[in-house]
Amino acid sequence: MIEIKNITKVYKSGDVETKVLKGISFSINDGEFVAIIGPSGSGKSTLMHILGCLDTPSSGQYFFEGQDVSQLSDDELADIRKKKIGFVFQSFNLLPRTTVLRNVVLPLAYANIPKGEREEIAKKSLLSVGLDETRFHHLSNQLSGGEMQRVAIARALVNNPSLILADEPTGNLDSKTGEVVLETFKNLNKQGRTVILITHEKYIAEHAKRTIFLKDGEIIEDVINHRSKTVQQIKE
Amino acid sequence: MLITDLLEETYLAISANKTRSGLTILGIVIGIGSVIAMISIGQGATGSIETSIQSMGSNLITVSPGFQRSFSQVSAGRGSAQTLTIEDSETIAKEIPFVGAVAPELSRRYQIVAKGKNTNTQVVGTVASYPSVKNIEIDQGSFISEQNVSNQSKVAVLGPTTRDDLFGEGTIPIGETVRINGINFKIIGITKSKGGTGFGSQDDMVFIPITTAQKFLAGADYVSTISVQAESPQVMTQVQTGITNLLLELHNITDPQMADFSVLSQQDILGAASSMTNTMTILLAAIAGISLIVGGIGIMNMMMTTVTERTREIGLRKAVGAKRLDISLQFLAEAVMLTFIGGVVGIILGSGIAYGITFFAGMATKISLFSIILAFSVSAGIGIVFGYWPAQKAAKLNPIEALRYE
Repeated sequence: MIEIKNITKVYKSGDVETKVLKGISFSINDGEFVAIIGPSGSGKSTLMHILGCLDTPSSGQYFFEGQDVSQLSDDELADIRKKKIGFVFQSFNLLPRTTVLRNVVLPLAYANIPKGEREEIAKKSLLSVGLDETRFHHLSNQLSGGEMQRVAIARALVNNPSLILADEPTGNLDSKTGEVVLETFKNLNKQGRTVILITHEKYIAEHAKRTIFLKDGEIIEDVINHRSKTVQQIKE
Repeated sequence: MLITDLLEETYLAISANKTRSGLTILGIVIGIGSVIAMISIGQGATGSIETSIQSMGSNLITVSPGFQRSFSQVSAGRGSAQTLTIEDSETIAKEIPFVGAVAPELSRRYQIVAKGKNTNTQVVGTVASYPSVKNIEIDQGSFISEQNVSNQSKVAVLGPTTRDDLFGEGTIPIGETVRINGINFKIIGITKSKGGTGFGSQDDMVFIPITTAQKFLAGADYVSTISVQAESPQVMTQVQTGITNLLLELHNITDPQMADFSVLSQQDILGAASSMTNTMTILLAAIAGISLIVGGIGIMNMMMTTVTERTREIGLRKAVGAKRLDISLQFLAEAVMLTFIGGVVGIILGSGIAYGITFFAGMATKISLFSIILAFSVSAGIGIVFGYWPAQKAAKLNPIEALRYE
């Protein structure tokens, strides 16, 4: 479903050009669970932004479900994000002073889903990530970190996207809640969703079925984790 | 996004920070309120001036003396000439077609004394046709008759205000005596109140026969104005030109520029007065408009702060699929909503002020639909104008940078 060909990204500041991505090519099939791992400065965030259609590459081609999206305008990219991609961020990015339910309904409003159907869809999505129904009308800032991230995942899922893109989703969580969140991603993958996980921690990447190592804007390794481990196995 | 979503978002955003929204709205409330109040004062003044000019009489043409030029080059100012005479007025009545009634008058202010009380008011020497020309009605007794005029009788008709000042409210002092300039006049009638207050009120006057005024008070045979009533509004211009030509001939003046009189119709006076009050209204509204602009800048300031504060939220909205238009509409709607609320409250406040001015200061005010529509569209317009820049700023944010914003 994703194919990138020789993608580069160059940032210019004044006369200085910084080449963040130096010609990256790979493809990801439907239903894969891929971790993109690399140290900070490796270009993984830039790659994630391009994969998430938040940014366009300086050169190269990006085919998302067969469509070349590398030269689309802002609004055309917004359309793809709206329909096809669900984001999960390190800092959750929930709307403050807004109820859990309303946070999850938000993408549906932009997708012009009829008003009457929205709450039902949002509730289903929240239940699927294991959030208790008693929490639905709490304000987002009253939740614990783990709950917030699960609300964020529910929000990412609510439009039924074909790709879930998670940027350091456990970065702001303690290891225990982090594990719960990772389990959630695994379950989503089991249900057939494509998940891309960006992280700089190896043990988190081991949850995925495939790992792409990035360093200095280049892929240095692309391996299949033949037996992706469970949380318990990693602990041992 | 549906419009209802937009309104809901706007409501939540405005109510999230009630104090700040309230203070920002207050700026617009004061702006709109003062525009409404000022326009209503201006239009009220226009209205009352127009009414008092209309009440002077219908189809009225006034002939007044011009500059006094005959004896020297020094002009004593318009109206100072003593060139109009009763003969002029009689000739007008005789020769000009479509003239209903003609009333010459000789007015001057005198101190009037009655039973120890005294007042200073306008004494109008005139003829029997004056009430029909000037729309004056008699309340008690009778007006000056032609007999009185030809006999130079020392009789007087009081306006109701003058009567109140000299004899007390509601009294009927017919048969009593007033002293004008040391001469006793017998009261024969009281006119009906025409309303209107202040300088030039037709209720605060004393009417006496013009011949009496010329002989005993002024000691000269000129008249200060001649009021002419045309038969219908259609013949006004014709009558006006007729009078001008006739008087030029009577006064032996060949060059119309040198005329020692002026002929003004009621429309001319009305036009001059309305253009004056309109200027005043515009001036007042312009001053009030400045506060509206200041209020608008307040809106822009708040929206700028809001956009900065909510940068991450904007980033997230973009990440979940909001387009530029969605974002800019959201912030524009917020600005317009703020000004709209300010506009509604401002209209209520402005109307309240106008009502208060009428109630406490007795000044006429008029809240027109026009000024309300104007205020509404101006407030919505201000929302759009001052909300546009912040909204564009929000819409153009890069989602990646916005999401990372701390």
